[in-house]
Amino acid sequence: MIWNEKIETMPLEDLKNLQSDRLVKLVRYVYDRCPVYRKKFEEAGVSPSDIRSIDDIAKLPFTTKLDMRDNYPYGLFSAPREEVVEIHVSSGTTGNPTLVGYTREDIKLWSEVMARALCCAGAKPDDIIQIAYGYGLFTGGLGFHYGALEMGLTIIPTSSGQTKRQLKIMQDFQPRILACTPSYCLYMAEEAKEMGLDPRKGSWRIGIFGAEPWSEAIRKEIEETWNMTATDIYGLSEIIGPGVSQECTYKEGLHLFSDVFYPEIIDPETGKHVPEGQDGELVITTLTKQAIPLIRYRTRDIVSMTTAPCRCGRTSPRTSKIKGRTDDMIVVRGINVFPSQIEHVLLGIEGTHPHYQLVIDRQAHKLDEVEIMVEVDERIFSDEIKQMRALEQKIKKEIEAVLSIGVKVKLVEPKTIQRSEGKAKRVVDKRVL
Amino acid sequence: MKIRQISVFLENRKGRLYEVCSLLGQAGINIRALTIAETESFGVLRMVVNKPDEAISLFRKHNITANLTDVVAVEVPDRPGGLAEVLKVLSDGNINVEYMYAFVEKFSEKALLVFRFDDPSGAHRVLTSAGVTVLTEKDLPNL
Repeated sequence: MIWNEKIETMPLEDLKNLQSDRLVKLVRYVYDRCPVYRKKFEEAGVSPSDIRSIDDIAKLPFTTKLDMRDNYPYGLFSAPREEVVEIHVSSGTTGNPTLVGYTREDIKLWSEVMARALCCAGAKPDDIIQIAYGYGLFTGGLGFHYGALEMGLTIIPTSSGQTKRQLKIMQDFQPRILACTPSYCLYMAEEAKEMGLDPRKGSWRIGIFGAEPWSEAIRKEIEETWNMTATDIYGLSEIIGPGVSQECTYKEGLHLFSDVFYPEIIDPETGKHVPEGQDGELVITTLTKQAIPLIRYRTRDIVSMTTAPCRCGRTSPRTSKIKGRTDDMIVVRGINVFPSQIEHVLLGIEGTHPHYQLVIDRQAHKLDEVEIMVEVDERIFSDEIKQMRALEQKIKKEIEAVLSIGVKVKLVEPKTIQRSEGKAKRVVDKRVL
Repeated sequence: MKIRQISVFLENRKGRLYEVCSLLGQAGINIRALTIAETESFGVLRMVVNKPDEAISLFRKHNITANLTDVVAVEVPDRPGGLAEVLKVLSDGNINVEYMYAFVEKFSEKALLVFRFDDPSGAHRVLTSAGVTVLTEKDLPNL
C-alpha cells in the first residue's frame, strides 16, 4: 500500500509546482527568521525575491556540516527554542556535536515520511514491528517509532542490544517487521543459531535496514538466512533522521520523498548539477521543516538518481544505494566516525600528536570492531607498565566517550603504522560491506 | 648516587626482543641487568648497560622508543633475609618500590639489586642513613 497516495503518485508537473511553492516560502521563512541564513544569502548575493521556482534553487548557497558546527547549538534554528519539542544529537567531526531540533510540526512530518517508508517496505496497518534501532539521542529508534505510531502498527520498542532478549521477543510476539542495522541483523542470526533456533523459521518477513552502508551481497545473505525481504532505508539526522528515502518492494532504488526533501546531485568539486543517472553528491533542501530547515545541505554521500517512473506507482525520484563519501567519514555499527575525532582526542592527551590508525574489521556475522593503533613515542612512553596501561585506558575511554561505541586501543612501536608518501594511512577498513 | 636505566617499548611479537638485544651486541654494548614487564599486547624492557648514552642514541637511530630512568643500585647481603632487611628500611622510611630486579653477575660478596622508586632521592637518603650501600655508575666495575 501507498501511505500518501495523492503526494506519492503525484504527476511530476504537479510535484514540481508543489516544490516551487514550498521553496519560495522556505527561502522567505529562513531569511526572515535565521540571521545565519540571511547572512549566507547576502554573501551569495541572493535575495528571497530571486527565488520564484524550484529551478532557481542553484542560486542558493550550500549548507555544510561546518555551518552546523560553527553555529552550535541554536544558530541555525529558524524557530524559537520554546517551539522546539525534541532535540537529537549526533557526534560531530571535531569538538561540537551536531544538534537537530524538531517543532511539533516537524515531528508530524517525521511521522508522515516514516509511515510512507514503512508502507514502501511493505508494512500493513495490522503489522507488528520490532524496532531494534537505538532509542535516545540517536534518531533511528524514535524515527521508526513515530512512523509506526502514525501507521497504527503494534510497536515493540526493543531498542538496540540484548540480542537474546530480541530473539525471545521475536518468538513470543511474532512481529513481521524488523528494523535495525543490517550488520546487527546478521549478528542476530548467529546468536539465534547458537541458541538452537532456525532463523528461517523466525517471524520477520520484512527487514528495514539502514544507518550504515550495505551491499547487494549482504542483502542476499540476510534474505536467505532469515527468509525475509530486506529493504534499504536512508536518512540523516541533519535532514530529519531515518525517512529521507526508502526502497519499495521492487528494490530498484530508494524513493526519496522529494515533496518535502528536495534532492540535487552535484559534482562535489564544482558544485554543479550532474546529468541524471551520474554519480554525484546528494544535496537536500528540507522544503517544509520549521525548527532547522536546511537549504542545499551537502550530505557528502555519493549516489546516482533517476526520475524514471517506478513499477510501484510512486513518482518520487529514486537514488542508488550510497556508493561512497566525499569526506573521510566511516560508519561503524550505525555510528558516524570521523578520523578527525580520534585526532582531537589524542591531541588532548598530554598535548601529543602521535601517529594513529583506525582498523575496522567485521568477522563473519559479528559486529564491527574498531581498533585504534597508537604509536608510542618518547613523549608518551613510561618505563612503568601501570602508566602505560593508564594511558591505554585513558585513550580508550576518551575515544569511546566521543564516538559512543566500544573500541580497542593498541599501543604499537614507532613506524609500524604504514605510511604512504610520508603520510600515515588513517583508516584501514577491512570489512566486506 | 643514581644510575640510569634504559627502558624500551616493545610490541609483543616474535623476534622483537632478539632484534633489540642484537642491536646492542653489534654496537659492543653490554647488558648488566635486565627485566621485562609485559601485558598481553606490549612489554617494557628495562636494563642497565655499560654505555647508556650510546645505547639511547642507537635506539633513537633505529626508531625504537626508549628513555632513561633514574634507578638506585643497592647492595643486598646475599643470605636469607638479606633483601627483607633492605625492604624494611624502605618501608620504615615510607618509600614505595615501583619495581626491582637483580644484576646478572655479582661484584662482591653481596648481591646487587636495581630499584625503581617514585622518589629516588628520598630512597637514597633513607638507605644511606641506614648504612645500606648505594652504588653510583662509577662504582659499578667494568661499566
